[in-house]
Amino acid sequence: MFEALSDKLGGVFDRLRGRGALSEADVNEALREVRLALLDADVALPVVREFVAKVRERAVGTEVLDSVSPGQQVVKIVNDVMIEQLGGAGAVPLNLTAVPPVPILMVGLQGSGKTTTAGKLGLRLRERLRRKVLLASLDTQRPAAQLQLAQLAERAGVPSLPIVAGQTPVEIARRAMDTGRREGFDIVILDTAGRLSINQELMAEVTEIRAATNPVETLLVVDAMTGQDAVNTAKAFNEAVGVTGIVMTRMDGDARGGAALSMRAITGAPIKLTGISEKLDGLEDFHPERVAGRILGMGDIVGLVEKASETVDQEEAEKLARKMAKGQFDLEDYAKQLKQITKMGSLSGILGMLPGVGKIKAQLEDANLDTSILKRQGAIISSMTPKERRAPDIIKASRKKRIASGSGTSVQEVNRLLKQFDDMSTMMKRMNKLGQKGLMRHGLSAIMPKGMAPRNRPY
Amino acid sequence: MALGGFFGRLKQGLSRSTQKLTEGITTVFKKRRLDDEALEELEELLISADLGTEVAARVIDTFRRTRFGTEVTDEEIKTALAEEVSAILTPVAHPLVIDHARKPHVVLVVGVNGTGKTTTIGKMAQLYREQGMRPVLVAGDTFRAAAVEQLQIWGQRTDAPVIAGPPNADAAGLAFQALTQAKAEGADVLLIDTAGRLHNRSVLMEELKKIIRVIRKQDPEAPHSVLLVLDATTGQNAIQQVRVFREMVDVTGLVVTKLDGSARGGIVVALAQEFGLPVHAVGVGEQAGDLRPFDAGDFARGLVGT
Ligand SMILES: Nc1nc2c(ncn2[C@@H]2O[C@H](COP(=O)(O)OP(=O)(O)OP(=O)(O)O)[C@@H](O)[C@H]2O)c(=O)[nH]1
Ligand SMILES: [Mg+2]
Repeated sequence: MFEALSDKLGGVFDRLRGRGALSEADVNEALREVRLALLDADVALPVVREFVAKVRERAVGTEVLDSVSPGQQVVKIVNDVMIEQLGGAGAVPLNLTAVPPVPILMVGLQGSGKTTTAGKLGLRLRERLRRKVLLASLDTQRPAAQLQLAQLAERAGVPSLPIVAGQTPVEIARRAMDTGRREGFDIVILDTAGRLSINQELMAEVTEIRAATNPVETLLVVDAMTGQDAVNTAKAFNEAVGVTGIVMTRMDGDARGGAALSMRAITGAPIKLTGISEKLDGLEDFHPERVAGRILGMGDIVGLVEKASETVDQEEAEKLARKMAKGQFDLEDYAKQLKQITKMGSLSGILGMLPGVGKIKAQLEDANLDTSILKRQGAIISSMTPKERRAPDIIKASRKKRIASGSGTSVQEVNRLLKQFDDMSTMMKRMNKLGQKGLMRHGLSAIMPKGMAPRNRPY
Repeated sequence: MALGGFFGRLKQGLSRSTQKLTEGITTVFKKRRLDDEALEELEELLISADLGTEVAARVIDTFRRTRFGTEVTDEEIKTALAEEVSAILTPVAHPLVIDHARKPHVVLVVGVNGTGKTTTIGKMAQLYREQGMRPVLVAGDTFRAAAVEQLQIWGQRTDAPVIAGPPNADAAGLAFQALTQAKAEGADVLLIDTAGRLHNRSVLMEELKKIIRVIRKQDPEAPHSVLLVLDATTGQNAIQQVRVFREMVDVTGLVVTKLDGSARGGIVVALAQEFGLPVHAVGVGEQAGDLRPFDAGDFARGLVGT
């Protein structure tokens, strides 16, 4: 999308190459494309208007540099404004400076992910900051909601407030704070029932909870898939409880996440955290510079690099890279690489983070790759002798049978792996020739080994 | 669910969500020439209802062709716009028809996390009980904390039996066993709840396919319906959700929830044009009685605020 946007802007500006400063009329034409791109990414209309005005202000009169196209120049301005509007570089930490027990209030619409986030937050504060956390569910509305939080708390190794039937949310909130004080908790996380911003009764209730507990952080939990309604939600909750921070959930989905920009613009509150998986450890800091690229369809390159450096053994990776470059890559190395890829998560997740992968991603979705294949391949390779791994050519029928039964797979699968390894060696040679540019231009098909078959083909 | 009450409540649910849009149209179009500027504002009103830029532009194009330059009142505009939207939605407005010959008619309920799958099953159970059928619920979400208990409470509320397995049980195995049991007991409908999952997680989508594969060992035509539950607050990503779920598990129809909120669910219009899948029902609240058949005219009028 971002590429599409830069292409479109390139087209708009092609004819003004070398004409000096950008005129208002030229910029306006470009901004129409920007407006559409933002709306398609679910940024709310009033926020888009404001955003476009800011870009216009900055773009008009800008000298067109010789080295870049006017389109690229506008794209750069768009990206800069986006990062600024999302909060500038770097993450904003939770504010926990208050006399303990520090109350944190979770609010939001139904199904936005409050309870799961409360559990994740409990785990994070306990593990990373070594705080004594109490989790309390004030959700008397949804069936089994209190039980859900209690179960999550148990998994997170965090105490939860005992459930007392018949209490109102405000009563539970008071009891939670009392327990927090009496039992020496550092932090009390108050999870509330989901509510619609137009439900006056329930909005009044959450205001009352806020007044009774005086939370240091009031976190509005928002689904990354939210559309234009983000404006209404942001306004209503901000007016009712004064939002101090935003949590964007389901960022592991493939929504462009324009709601993040809307939420930030309307509430003025920083986005502090993002939910990136269903697991309890799937909560991360929010980095505006990464999400800017995502909203613009540019991919989260920083996120990829970081995720890779967290999980991949750097030395190992460099050794592999050197071997690849020299063409000395064998099955042993392939097995190591497989392990690292598996550690990094699903392939599509990784590729989704790359810039300009619209095309590649589409191909991937077609292919529907899955890392379980990689695990099985790892098993096949570990059933080989060191000699076989170094010189796969010696693997003939009887060896194949032995490897298959040793790894609990079939001869067919062993064949497929060998074929794939062969393809991969070819691919690496091609990749070295193509370089980064070529990879982007030709997409995944340029390098993808044919053996990486779609999931729906039976293995 | 009396019929008169039905329209009233739907309207009530939708009207709140459309107040803003109504105000917008009213201010924009009070006896005014339908010129470029006016059309652009109208287009933005549709966009802010989540129709998406393309669909909004298409609807406005029709307006431009037929009404450009005429003097119009806001009433005329709203009626015409509602008709336009209604024409797109009418072909997809089909209630879910339970086939009584199946015994049970197997309904698999799928969707991303938190859209309202479990609640919708509770509401459906209520509806079928009221119609004198025997629904059986299956707690196929064996993953999320307290998901089983949540469905069990819905079973109690609606007086419908719930079949559940131990925590982390295999959902496919449970569904298979539930079908056997429901058949033996002569149930009319088997409503299978599933764990919420993001459509881009291929491993989880594969799990859904497995549920279908396994129940087909018993009844090759099951599931007879695969319902995708969508949250009306969802923006353009709903299109991708429908695309992937439909490809992976042959979705037969949609249910749109949370239309009692301020979201207008305009994405349904885009979905109707793109996929033409039936929209069976809408959710307009958290209670057992808050499920309504999807009515194109009502929905469209609600959307534009007439
Ligand atoms: N206002 C309103 N709330 C709804 C509606 N449908 C569901 N909800 C609420 O949305 C929240 C999520 O609903 P669930 O039924 O648990 O959603 P789910 O899809 O089963 O969620 P997971 O199983 O966690 O993926 C609950 O708080 C429901 O009460 C609706 O039509 N209107
Ligand atoms: Mg559920």
